[in-house]
Amino acid sequence: MEKNTTNIIELVDVCKQFDGVSVIDNMNLYVRKGEFVTFLGPSGCGKTTTLRMIAGFEMPTSGKILLNGEDISTLPPNKRPVNTVFQKYALFPHLNVFENVAFGLKLKRTETTFVDKKGRTKIRQSKLSKAEISEKVKNALEVVDLEGFEKRAISTLSGGQQQRVAIARAIVNEPEILLLDEPLGALDLKMRKEMQLELKAMHERLGITFIYVTHDQEEALTMSDTIVVMADGYIQQIGTPEMIYNEPKNTFVADFIGESNIFSGVMDRDYLVRFCGKTFECEDKGFEKDEPVDVVVRPEDVKIVPAGQGTLTGRVTSVIFKGIHYQILVQCGRNEIEIQSTVAPKSGDLIGITIAPDGIHVMKKLFRVNKFAGIITKKNTVEFGDGEFECDLTQLYPGSHMDEEGYLVTAKGEKLDLTDTEVNVEVGLHDITMSDDPEAGGARGHIISLIYKSEYYRYIVRTENEEDYVLACEDLWNENDFVSLIIPKDKIRLSLKNPEEGKK
Amino acid sequence: MVKLKSCLKWLFVGLIVLFIYAPILLLTVYSFNETERITSWKGFSFDHYKYFFSFDHEPLPIVLQTLLLAVIVATLSTLLGTIGAIGIFYSKKRIRSTLSAVNQIPVINAEVVTAMSFLLLVVALHIDKNTFIPLILGQMVLCTPFVVLSVMPKLKQMDNNLYEAALDLGATPRKALFSVVIPQILPGIISGFLLAITLSLDDYVIAAYTKPNTFETISTHIYGLTKGKNVNEIKSSYWAFTSIVFLIIIIVVVSANIITYKKSRSKKQ
Amino acid sequence: MTTVKPHFSRKLLAIPYGLFLLLFVVIPLLIIIYYAFTDANGSFTLENLKDFFSGSGGKSFFQSATFKTIMLSLFISVASTLICLCIAYPVAYIIASSRLKNKFLLLLIFIVPMWVNFVLRVNALKELLDWIGLYMKSDGWNIFNTILGMVYDFLPFMILPIYTTIIKIDKSYLEAAKDLGATGARAFLKVTLPLSKAGIISGISMVFLPSMTNYVVSNWLTYSNVTIIGTFIENAFKNSLWNNGSVTALILLLLMFVITWLTGGFNTEAESGARGTSLW
Repeated sequence: MEKNTTNIIELVDVCKQFDGVSVIDNMNLYVRKGEFVTFLGPSGCGKTTTLRMIAGFEMPTSGKILLNGEDISTLPPNKRPVNTVFQKYALFPHLNVFENVAFGLKLKRTETTFVDKKGRTKIRQSKLSKAEISEKVKNALEVVDLEGFEKRAISTLSGGQQQRVAIARAIVNEPEILLLDEPLGALDLKMRKEMQLELKAMHERLGITFIYVTHDQEEALTMSDTIVVMADGYIQQIGTPEMIYNEPKNTFVADFIGESNIFSGVMDRDYLVRFCGKTFECEDKGFEKDEPVDVVVRPEDVKIVPAGQGTLTGRVTSVIFKGIHYQILVQCGRNEIEIQSTVAPKSGDLIGITIAPDGIHVMKKLFRVNKFAGIITKKNTVEFGDGEFECDLTQLYPGSHMDEEGYLVTAKGEKLDLTDTEVNVEVGLHDITMSDDPEAGGARGHIISLIYKSEYYRYIVRTENEEDYVLACEDLWNENDFVSLIIPKDKIRLSLKNPEEGKK
Repeated sequence: MVKLKSCLKWLFVGLIVLFIYAPILLLTVYSFNETERITSWKGFSFDHYKYFFSFDHEPLPIVLQTLLLAVIVATLSTLLGTIGAIGIFYSKKRIRSTLSAVNQIPVINAEVVTAMSFLLLVVALHIDKNTFIPLILGQMVLCTPFVVLSVMPKLKQMDNNLYEAALDLGATPRKALFSVVIPQILPGIISGFLLAITLSLDDYVIAAYTKPNTFETISTHIYGLTKGKNVNEIKSSYWAFTSIVFLIIIIVVVSANIITYKKSRSKKQ
Repeated sequence: MTTVKPHFSRKLLAIPYGLFLLLFVVIPLLIIIYYAFTDANGSFTLENLKDFFSGSGGKSFFQSATFKTIMLSLFISVASTLICLCIAYPVAYIIASSRLKNKFLLLLIFIVPMWVNFVLRVNALKELLDWIGLYMKSDGWNIFNTILGMVYDFLPFMILPIYTTIIKIDKSYLEAAKDLGATGARAFLKVTLPLSKAGIISGISMVFLPSMTNYVVSNWLTYSNVTIIGTFIENAFKNSLWNNGSVTALILLLLMFVITWLTGGFNTEAESGARGTSLW
């Protein structure tokens, strides 16, 4: 099909909050006419909210939604040329198949201009005739392979059939955009695969824009022209399925799309990256020398060679048969590496590992240091990141020391009261430890994300007032655990926010 | 042993049923008595039935006007309660829980207190009882909360996307409400209506406090039957009426069950 | 940056009923409070309360007729509630756990009498008591008859909510309990009974207050020889003693709030749902 290059939908600076909690943050996005676009992300990432704003069920808190260049942000759903296929179909149980599909048609008014007897031009609104309606319903049911089901009650249909009725009900209105909210979620695996292909074919045939929401990466990769990967209300990456899979922009995308090994590495120079204690050739450049990076390697890109011949050597810890391939876990020093291979070594074998340059994806580290704005309290502690920590204040003024009364005495002998001084705080990823005793640390919160980074887990801990701490830890904690955060005094780096002010 | 236990169980249930039905059965039997005295059986006759079905005597018009009142009250309560339930259901949590709590007050409160407090309002606002407005509004206070309570669960059961789907297909909010939401909660509305009819027919206290002086419902009429002439005839004719009502109820219940039984049988085949 | 306002909203439909509740439920209750604390001229006074809580003729409140009535009402309502519970629970349990296909028909047997007019029903019971010679036999029998009348009238309100909660209990809980070694009796005590608590609470709150205030029952079955709290309000109404009546109403109102608060009736929407829909 020929792709049009005009944008049918544009989101401009769209924000959405529910009761003050931000769900979508400053989203900018456009969808081209005729495209099959998929919003992909874990639950709670804002993908369904975005879809519902396009449908008109939710109003953006701020920002604009443009349809063919016109602002439709405040247009109610019944006035938008957009139709939705709902997750649980939302078929009207009191109507039969025909009545369900004809629901929208019966409400449709077509405008015809005509010239009356006195020669004035008038606009007449007319309903669709019964014959027109049944013709259109018949065609729509044909598209979804449900000819002859007109008189059936909804409750007598299987899940797959209901799904088809829902699609027919939406497309019969000839919308410019068809929105699909996880429409295959309730179907079994086999049915889902069939429907994926059918939807794809339907998209080609109808030529209208499809916007599809799913958390299933495989579904997204199979059907879409373009995938929008979302997390925490932000767009992480937009691209074709191939781009998203082969060139994930960050570790979140890499982790979410397909299986991946994520390593912490250092860029030696262009095209050379160091991780797992070895240097590998890669295809990435443009990093600073010795810049810490994340390295993503897909399990199928890891090759097994006889022990001693590879770049890395490790011991096989587990081999699981997965149907088309084996999933093999190998321990290389402190790193655990996952491999997908059609040949299986035995558990306990010593093997060599190589990775081709095009199998190594280097990406900028998302978080290298935690930065907070802080303020010094009367007790000479520092409040930052929704917590209060003991800090070494003398680092603010080289050569200074604290006197017994709690004043800071500078190298020149000046006495300073630092209460309420604003400071910048930096804490390294590896300098924070977690404790399940809420009183042990200076701040506390819930673990909202963890990513396995081969030598350690990277955690994000969010406090009550939405301050995020990023930290690395070798122990496994669970998502949603409530932890307190311990930071040793000497690991908190402070600098004055307004260097002049402190000298008063 | 198991059999004995099960026998005892059903014997217990049987005794309770007997306790509930004994007074009504006694009335039914004596509604065919020739005299109005319950203590002695003089012979079989339809006299009380004849008395009841004559428009010259009080009971029949009172039964009819009580029914009319019940239909009016139930219709208004059902309209108000259904709209209210939909509104409450889609309100924000704080408004929803506040209104649900206030809705509980007439349900749990002692009827005398409801009646008394409502009467004080009527007095304060100088509303004339002869306008029937206090009576109708008073019974609505009693009935509407129950309508809300029977519609609410249906709203909860309904797929929330149905309304949105209707809007999505081009329906205006009003059209979506009438063509999708109302049909979905119709069973709740109907049971709410029937409940309201029952409550209105059954009500004595509110009617007694708010009715016009010259107007009687079945409840207030019987309650006031302590003195005056023809008291016993009137009472006996009400027994005849009760027996008829009871017979109708039994016929309806039994036939409704036979119909559903036959339907489920034919479905299986 | 544009700020956007939503269009039509269904919650607006709550306004008419909200106003109805405010005007005809909340404000009347406030009027009761007003009357309870004012005299006939409308000025603030505690006299009404004092009248209610003081004895007459040199006797203390605890010897007064008012206090006796309150105690008698409490006794009647506690006894009625307990008897209702003792009858209703087994009946509901037997029906719910029976192997009958049409349990609801059996349940209907207990509901059908409620469709006969309430005053007629009380009248019928009175005639029955008269017939077997228990009517107006002695003061003791009068109290017994009142309790009997309350039980007779309110039993279905106890059976229904209990039945609805028992029937909803997933059978696999009982199977799990038995699988874990519990005997039938123990499984009942540890599983069925706690899980049907909501129904019991709902039933109690439906029976307790009415059986304290329903003076139609006490008047008819005892030839007005038994006085309960509800009768106070009836008398105040008959004699247009709004202020005195309001004090009694206020006390009953407070009692209602306490009971409802104790049973959580204001915040459990699910339970109140069972209450409203059970009759039909």
